[in-house]
Parts: sequence; structure tokens; C-alpha cells
Amino acid sequence: MNSSSGKTYMSTSNSSAGWKAGDAAADQFPVGLRVLVVDDDPTCLMILEKMLRTCLYEVTKCNRAETALSMLRENKSGFDVVISDVHMPDMDGFKLLEHIGLEMDLPVIMMSADDGKHVVMKGVTHGACDYLIKPVRIEALKNIWQHVVRKRKNEWKDFEQSGSVEEGDRQLKQSEEADYSSSANEGNWKSSKRRKDDEDETDDRDDTSSLKKPRVVWSVELHQQFVAAVNQLGIDKAVPKKILELMNVPGLTRENVASHLQKYRLYLRRLSGVSQHPSNLNNSFMSPQEATFGPLSSLNGLDLQTLAATGQLPAQSLVTLQAAGLGRPTGKSGIPMPLVDQRNIFSFENPKLRFGDGQQHVNNNKQMNLLHGIPTTMEPKQLAGLHHGAQSMGNMNMQVASHGSQSSQNNPLLMQMAQPQVRGQMLNDTSLGHPPRLLSPMGQPILSNGIAANVSTRNGIQENIRAPSYNPVSQTSSMLNFPMNHAAELPGNSFPLGSTPGISSLTPKVAFQEDVNSDIKGSVGFLPSYDIFNDLNQHKPQNWELQNVGMTLDASQHSNSLQGNLNHAQSVLVQQGFPSGQVNGQNRSATVVSKAMFSSGDSTGHVNVQNGNQHLNSLLVDSTVRIKSETPTILYPDDFGQEDLMSALLKQQDAIAPAEHEFDFDGYSLDNIPV
Amino acid sequence: MDRNRLQHQAASMRRSLFDQGYLDEPFIQLEELQDDASPNFVQEIVTLFYTDSARLIQNIEHALNSRPIDFDKLDDYMHRFKGSSSSIGAKKVMNECTVFREYCSAENAEGCFRSFQQVKQDHAILRRKLEVYLQMVRQAAVSQTT
Repeated sequence: MNSSSGKTYMSTSNSSAGWKAGDAAADQFPVGLRVLVVDDDPTCLMILEKMLRTCLYEVTKCNRAETALSMLRENKSGFDVVISDVHMPDMDGFKLLEHIGLEMDLPVIMMSADDGKHVVMKGVTHGACDYLIKPVRIEALKNIWQHVVRKRKNEWKDFEQSGSVEEGDRQLKQSEEADYSSSANEGNWKSSKRRKDDEDETDDRDDTSSLKKPRVVWSVELHQQFVAAVNQLGIDKAVPKKILELMNVPGLTRENVASHLQKYRLYLRRLSGVSQHPSNLNNSFMSPQEATFGPLSSLNGLDLQTLAATGQLPAQSLVTLQAAGLGRPTGKSGIPMPLVDQRNIFSFENPKLRFGDGQQHVNNNKQMNLLHGIPTTMEPKQLAGLHHGAQSMGNMNMQVASHGSQSSQNNPLLMQMAQPQVRGQMLNDTSLGHPPRLLSPMGQPILSNGIAANVSTRNGIQENIRAPSYNPVSQTSSMLNFPMNHAAELPGNSFPLGSTPGISSLTPKVAFQEDVNSDIKGSVGFLPSYDIFNDLNQHKPQNWELQNVGMTLDASQHSNSLQGNLNHAQSVLVQQGFPSGQVNGQNRSATVVSKAMFSSGDSTGHVNVQNGNQHLNSLLVDSTVRIKSETPTILYPDDFGQEDLMSALLKQQDAIAPAEHEFDFDGYSLDNIPV
Repeated sequence: MDRNRLQHQAASMRRSLFDQGYLDEPFIQLEELQDDASPNFVQEIVTLFYTDSARLIQNIEHALNSRPIDFDKLDDYMHRFKGSSSSIGAKKVMNECTVFREYCSAENAEGCFRSFQQVKQDHAILRRKLEVYLQMVRQAAVSQTT
């Protein structure tokens, strides 16, 4: 399906409706649904695999939770759903569930021979979307696709609630065109130009004929304002009306705030329930700007996780966190933490500790990697933010990066931070084999991990980028991701807090633009983006693998549109979901995303496809990613990714001042990347 | 022997396995999963099960023989063993596992011992029967129809 390269039909069709007929894969849905099944019992595992294959799903089996997690991390958009046993020797199934929720935000189905109420309840509270009693019947497996659909649907809904027009919508429209690059570009440019402010609720509704209604993009800044208002009022007394008044953002409606508040509350709840440091979260959220980052840093490890777990660390929050982390090197060197910690965190260790270590460590790295020649002004804030992003690494980093000009900086940071561990892998590991799924759950640090990994390892991201292998791109992507989100209002940011993963994905997109552009120039890794992007354009990200629920959709969307708006690569980036399928077929998503990222980002080509980047990275890395033949993978991308992407893109476009309307990446390149 | 007869015998044995409560519905699922792509699926699963369960049984033995008895660990092993057995539809074995777990939660060592003996016995009987049955199926498949 979709990942086929060269297909231009981007997910637009998919995006808006989710699974429109435009996408072959979508038509066949749920055929090709990518399932990761984790069970330490070899007999069960084999049976499940056979059953899932019989359902025409694409199955990957794994007998250890740790292995499953690394697989997921390496290829964030490589799977649509995870099925895991509860009792496993190396890791408790519920822990795995949490991790996945936080980092990748994929639907997870638990299973066990134990049908006691207590256990089932645990599954529910930890966020499992279903619980199967062993022995599992094939009939029960036949319908697991519903969870994927539901998740995406919810994400979309969240987006829509936000209200304003999304660039994504526009882009979606654009993407409908067969030839994404050219037409999309133009279309996007126009749309973006029209958009004044991401947060404004324009009546773009009209524009988005088949697209979703406009929604507010909760950029990092916006979210920070929101959090500040909430904190000022007191979480208990914070009512939408008052928050709205305090925020005083033109164009924002009470409804927007109300839905965002809802998500935020859920997020907090989850944090307190899951995270060990619920207070941290609050802190992080409290101080919208750098100030808060301090606490965030500490949280990073945890919070991010929690956030992620809860759902959805809104891209913004992530960014914020990251920014905070960055901005404030509160000891924890914010940025690095998230990335670094990610792993750590999920290792069930005290994230805080890690953060501290990671941060500093990361920071240093960051400096180095950051840009070799790029005079990025990564503000500490951003860095911090990046750190925070550990969990949502992907998102956060991105977001933070966007914050400002740091984008370039962020990227490197992110990259570094993201996962020191991943680094080596991501970049070089092209054999992930998982179809690149650009969409990474919003709040998920997916990108960061992947990206960070790539980036950090390589100072010369550029080199990577440039390399045809999309690895570099991935990296860049990661980098881009950061800035992306943050600069423009990342649509994804909408509610990083976890309300909806989907939302987060958007965020990264938008924010990026502004910052990205400026920073990107120097940023290193952007160059490659061109390559990717180009590919993207050509290929039109088909893989909108559902994966990250919101993210992917947006990503896809955006990617499509991005193509048109190279400058707005950022947006594209964000979306992760970018149908990278195109690129060489291998990292399809990755490539696509990366490209998108680059394009939108700005001339510099910083594409911060945060979330997407991650995917990209992974994707790219994988390059050979196995685009699983059976799976159409891009099953759902469009819905979310595209819109988000679009929004992000649109935003970015506006922000970035579409210098180049065409997706000619060459333009980007290279100026900015100081190799 | 001619094919029809072999098939008839296999079917008959299969029926009795179900009637006597050795096998349950999940086994039918396994049979249904067998297809051209996996023509020996049932055999593969059964083999896998017995290999893996042998390991679990050893673990349980060891845990039962250690002093003091770690009932939590025992329960964990048995839980896994039960899950595994249930996936192939080993009904009797599964039921006995449940009994064992009850003794385990009551920390009744003696009850655990007795129950475990029963588990092992049921496990061994089923293994033999399945071997015979699957052999019949194989023979019927390769035999000629006279």
C-alpha cells in the first residue's frame, strides 16, 4: 500500500476521513495492521502469531518486554497496535504498557490467563485499550483494529475540538492532489499565508472542504499561557471562562480552552496516578516559560513519561517541558534528560536521577553537536525543554527546539539527548525493518529518541543528512522536530499534556516554522532534509502508519502538504506520520517526514518533524525499513497526521514567510547547514 | 492400512480425547489454524508446548523441593504453566493447575505436592495420547486410498 514509493496520493484522502479510499491501504484496512505481540510463553506466542497472520495482519513477535520496547523505540511508527501478556519475567506487562503509552502512544491490548477483576482493573487503569483472557480466540483478535481506529478517531476529535483551522486541513486539501509537491506547495502557501495566527480561529472551515474543521493549535507558547492561567487560578478553580480571560489570546474561544483543559486535567490525573512525582508535573506545567522548566527538568524523566502515558503529552507541553528543560538548566540540563532519560526512565529507574545526569551530559553534547557551525541560540530553555522531552522526547524536543530559534539547537540537542543509546542505532541502523512510521505519537518523544539518537551521534548530522540513506535525514528530522514545534504553533502542541496523543503530534509542527527557519540556517542537519523532502514530495508519504495516533495523521497530512511547503517542513516533521513510504520505499515514512520537515522548516530545511522525525529517523535509519510488504501500513495516517501536519505546516508557512513556495529543497539546503 | 480407515481411527481417537476431557475447544482452534501455509501447525505447537512445559515442570519441582517453599514463585510458575496449557486446550491439565494454585495461595505445601503429581500425570497422559493421535493423522495423510 501506501508506502509505495512514488505514489503521490497522499494521504489526504486518508487524512481527513481517516481511511479514505484514496489510500489503497486504507481500503484494505485492517489488512496489514501492524501488530507487535509480546509474550514470554513461546507456545502462546506462536499461536497468536499464527492467528494474527490468519487475520491478515502483519505480525512481529517478541518474547521479552525489553526487546519489544526497543523495537518500538527504534521504529516508532512501525506498529499500529501492541498485544502484550501481563506476566512476563523481565518486565511487568503493565509497566510495558505504560511505557508504550508514554513513549509511543500506541493502543496496547493486555492479555492474561488471569481473569481476576483486580488484574483486569489494573489493565484499565494503566491505559490498556482492551484485555483478553487466555486462551485467546482468533475472533477476539479479528477486531483489534478497532482500537487503532478508535484512538485515531479520538485524536482527531480532540483536534477538532480545538477549533481553529488547521493548516493541516489546507494541506490536506492540497495533498489530495496527486502531485503533491507542486500543487501542494502552492496551495499550502496560500493557505498558510492566509492564516494569521495559529491560534486564531479562522474560518478556514470553509476551506477545508473535506477536511476536518479547524482547530486551535496549542503551540507551546499558547499552552504555557494556558498553564500559567490555570496555575494562577488554581487547578480546582480553573474554569474555561476565567482561563480564557487570563490568557487573553485573541481568537481563542472558551470551547477551545475547555477542551484543552479537559485534556490537561486528564493528563494531570494520569501523572499523579502514574508518575511518582506528580508534583513535578504541576510544576512543570506551572511555569510556562523557562521558569517552569526548572521543575520540569526534574520531571522530565517522570513527567514526560507520565505525560506520555497519559496520553498525550501535548506536543506543546513537551516542548514546553523541553524548553524549560533547556532554558533552564536547572541542574538537570533539561534537554538531555528527556532524551537520555527516556531510556532510563523506562528502565524503571528514577528518572530524576537520570535526568540530571543526562542533562548535563546532554547539554554538553548538545553544544557540540549542535551545530557545528550553526550559531544556534539554543536557549537554555529550549534545551531544558528538550530534556523534558525525554519522555516525549520526540515531542518535547521538538517543541523545545521550536522555541525559538533554538531549533537548530534543539535538534542537535534532541538528537543528542534523545537517546544516546539510540543514537548509534538509529542512525546507522537501517535495518530496523519496520516500516517507517512517521507518525509518532505526539507526546511521545519518539522523535527525540530516534532523532536524538541520530543526531547526537553525529555531530555532523549534516553528513547524515546528506547521505542518501536517510539516516541523516532522520536526524535532522529530529532536530527539526524540535524547533518546529515550538516555533510556530505547532498544531500538535495543542495539548501536549497528554490529552491526546494526536494533538501532540501536531504541535511539533507548527511551532517549528518560525524558529526553525531562523535557526535552521545554521542547523546542521537540515540539508539532508532536502533529500528527504524531495523524496517525500515525490513519494508522498504513503505510510501514514497509524501509529501515532494523532501524530501520524497529522504527519501524513502535513507531509503531503508539506511537500508543497517545504518551508514548512516543520509541520511535516511534526507529523511524523508522514508517509514516508515514499522514500525509497524504505524509510518511507521517515523520508517523507524528514522531507516534510525540511521543507517546511524553512529554507534551512530544518524540518522539525518532531514526532515524525523520530519516525523518520527510525525510518531513515531503517531505510530498509522493512516496509512490510503486507502491510499497507499507512493505514490511518492521514487522518491525523495530515491535518496536524497541515496545520503545523500552515502555521509554519505563515511564520516562516514562505520564501520558497516551491518545494525545491535545494533551496534549503544548504545554506543553513553549516557543515 | 488404507486411508479411510486411518482417518477413521484418528477421528475416533480425537473424539475420545475431547469426550474424556483431555482436550478442549482451544485445540480445535489450533486445528483450524492449520492450513497450507502451516501444514503441520498442530504438531509444531504440541511439540513446542511439551518442550516448554517440561522446563516449567522442572522449575516447579525445584521450587517445591526447596526450603522454605516460595509460594509466590510457585504460583507464578504454575500460572504460566496453566496459561500455556490452556492455549492448546489441555483441559485436564489446566483444571489441575487451578487446584494447585488454590493450594498454593493457601500455602498448603502438601496440597501443592499432591496436586502437582496429578498435574504431571495428566500432562504425561495427554502427551502420549497426542503423540498417538498425531501419528495417526500423519499416517492417514500419507496413506493411499485403496
